[in-house]
Amino acid sequence: MSMLKLNYDVIVLGGGPAGLAAAISAHKNGAKVLVIEREKKLGGILKQCVHDGFGLIYFGERLTGPEYAGKFIGEFLSLGIDYKINAFVTDAKKDDDGFEITVQSAEGMLCCSTKAVVIACGCRERTSRQVFIHGDRPAGIYTAGTAQYYVNILGQMPTKRCVILGSGDIGMIMARRLTLEGASVEGVYEIKDTPAGLARNVHQCLRDFDIPLHLSTTVTNVYGEKRVEAVEVCKVDKNMNPIPETARRIECDALILSVGLLPENEVAQMLGVHLDPATKGAVVDQTLMTNVPGVFSCGNALHVNDLVDYVSRSGEDAGKSAAEYCKNLSTTSKKIPVEYDKSKFLYVVPQHYSIDYDASMTIYFRARSEFKNQRVCVRSGNVELINKKFRNLTPSEMEVLTLKETNAVGDKITITMED
Amino acid sequence: MSSTEIVCIVCPNGCRLTVSQSDGEISVQGATCKKGIDFAKTELTAPTRSLTSTVDTVFSDMPRLPVKTEGEIPKDKLLDAMKIIRNTKVTERLKTGDTVINDLFGTKVIATADMNI
Repeated sequence: MSMLKLNYDVIVLGGGPAGLAAAISAHKNGAKVLVIEREKKLGGILKQCVHDGFGLIYFGERLTGPEYAGKFIGEFLSLGIDYKINAFVTDAKKDDDGFEITVQSAEGMLCCSTKAVVIACGCRERTSRQVFIHGDRPAGIYTAGTAQYYVNILGQMPTKRCVILGSGDIGMIMARRLTLEGASVEGVYEIKDTPAGLARNVHQCLRDFDIPLHLSTTVTNVYGEKRVEAVEVCKVDKNMNPIPETARRIECDALILSVGLLPENEVAQMLGVHLDPATKGAVVDQTLMTNVPGVFSCGNALHVNDLVDYVSRSGEDAGKSAAEYCKNLSTTSKKIPVEYDKSKFLYVVPQHYSIDYDASMTIYFRARSEFKNQRVCVRSGNVELINKKFRNLTPSEMEVLTLKETNAVGDKITITMED
Repeated sequence: MSSTEIVCIVCPNGCRLTVSQSDGEISVQGATCKKGIDFAKTELTAPTRSLTSTVDTVFSDMPRLPVKTEGEIPKDKLLDAMKIIRNTKVTERLKTGDTVINDLFGTKVIATADMNI
């Protein structure tokens, strides 16, 4: 069988908000671009996120997920950028001229040569296999995203009465969505002592519909032979160990999990990209280039964002950087580390700064726990690069610092949090 | 004087607002924009919400069409509004912004996706 051979400057893996923004921006910067999307439609997870609240930062208006995706899809199609849907990467390797990407698609196997690759594969939900729960494994245990796919794409109700474990945004949004569609949500259970998602979602998704949020409580057992019949919930102590005497059985037909997201980096790893244990995404510099020259990462594949607006912005940055890289393949730069206090910050992206590249830098970070009235300061040597005050810092909300001109004078950049 | 703590839902910042009422005057603290002050005032007097959902369609390749209310509807009418949305079926291939329901508690329901893409 002969494989169809294709040549591009930039191949973008993923046709969601990060990938579309990356492709548009690489195209506008002169690159010949191909987007590879494994689903039958462009738009990524936004297709099923029918709620609103997207786009306030990027477009200055409140949009639903499909509307937000629609704006990018419209621009993408109008530019005539190549794309393959129902297609996925089976192999990716480095060769002398760049990269060779093997793609399985409806047209057969494709062999694509490219100078640069943008990883925009998004993230995946943690499943019941990644959360330790005792008991049976009947039907009726869904991730929140799967439940959302059933309700919003297929129009099928996955439950009549459910328990939701985890107070991530998707979990709370699904609590509201299922309630609106006539299901009964017994409660949302969160093992930590603070909600995992945005405060506004606690208000508009749970409180508006009198759905109880039980903090410091988790699901400890699942009962049911063929289908979920009940779950057991239990309060936890300070060390997150269940307190047995607080155990309570709840009759329900489904357990919905909203227990976190993990960046998707299988193809990145095939290419030898180093991952940061703190983000589970690629280690990048300010141009969003990974340790493998020519491989860039953006969106939720890079780190889990709370707002799609930042996903698009990082996609744009990665697409532009990839196009620039294609024009000047030989560029290598000295990298200096971006260091932070691990007791105060959960993570900081980028992890490196390349001193010969674009001097502007967007820093994304999350606080390790809740802090009030803190100054976050970025320094290099004795020079203070930026200093911004934050009234509230919480792990569930990602923060952004934008540096127009990074005057890196030292051998590292440090980020600190001060009273 | 009574005061209430609410979370602003206008944008993802989720400002924590303190709303106090004395002699019919409402004062709002903690808002970082004017929209937050307006939100707090309606939230205390006549709370409204925009509603997003999906409606049934006759098309097997896209069995559900995402929709939203163009404006906001009274918060206590959300479940009644859903009964009407659940009984709606789309028989044409609509585009983003096309009307799905003409009047739902004073506002239109419009499509939020293009069924041809």
